[in-house]
Amino acid sequence: MNPIINEITKEQLKDDRNHFKVGDGVRVHTRVREGNKERIQVFAGIVIARKGEGIHETFTVRRISFGEGVERVFPVHSPNIEKVEVDRESVTMRARMYYLRDRVGKAASKVKEKRIFEALHH
Amino acid sequence: MKQLIGKKLGMTQVYTADNVLVPVTVIEAGPCSVVQVKTQESDGYNAYQIGFGAKKEKRTSKAAKGHFGKAGVVPTRLLKEVRTKEAPGHNSGDELTVSIFEGDAKVDIIGVTKGKGFQGVMKRYDFQGQPASHGHMMHRRPGSIGMRQFPGHVQPGKKMPGHMGDVRRTVQNLEVVRIVPEKNLILVKGSVPGANGTSVIVRGSVKKRKSA
Repeated sequence: MNPIINEITKEQLKDDRNHFKVGDGVRVHTRVREGNKERIQVFAGIVIARKGEGIHETFTVRRISFGEGVERVFPVHSPNIEKVEVDRESVTMRARMYYLRDRVGKAASKVKEKRIFEALHH
Repeated sequence: MKQLIGKKLGMTQVYTADNVLVPVTVIEAGPCSVVQVKTQESDGYNAYQIGFGAKKEKRTSKAAKGHFGKAGVVPTRLLKEVRTKEAPGHNSGDELTVSIFEGDAKVDIIGVTKGKGFQGVMKRYDFQGQPASHGHMMHRRPGSIGMRQFPGHVQPGKKMPGHMGDVRRTVQNLEVVRIVPEKNLILVKGSVPGANGTSVIVRGSVKKRKSA
């Protein structure tokens, strides 16, 4: 890509894009505009994928809502995303956790947690 | 008529002031030097000539050197004449930059589309073609191209296979998303004809929408 194009998008990129990874349980705080009012909406779930690079980069968060799987794709660098809180870190064997889509019940939201993994190795 | 010659650098996305991600084409427009000014008295019509893109001294012919020398500008690779209704307000030797579009909501972009070579009617004119299976043996062909003994010939202008692309096209009323005068850049919303790196013409929009 042309270096000038990279420079244009550079200033809109967020610096802290790598503080969460695939498999993490996150709470995504998004700004929602209703008329003139602005409020924060939280979408909590598991990051199942990160795609793209630069300003195009997105991440997918999956959660089970009222027994139904819901996925939302967020642009990493969107100004509408206030912050991404990491609730739970985990260790994954996959870059994309699409296998969670085939799971039902309790297993659907279960990812190997980091501390379990660490305990095994101590 | 405001016009600049530029170079299409490529596409990306940017967030606007209201946090909307828009697709943009980045164009390096200008700086263009005014090489010649034509007026009603001198040439019978009003116009000015602009040049864009540096050219090596060695590659410039003597005739061209004289032409550029008259205006006192460095020789350029591309030249374009811009017709004006009144006598142009520029003097030869002036430099036009992308800041002339500052404050404009929309611009037109003229470019040469990517060449596609010899193409059939399905790609070239979006014909439907015929079914792929169930005994059909005429998959991507145009079908009937005319009537019977009367009129006895194919209608002129009938859409048929042939060369596609590599033609001059104008995209009107592209929204100006951002102008970066320091780097001579203009960001317009959406796509622009031609491959990256090819030259395009940025023009003030001809069709202006009435303000509501």
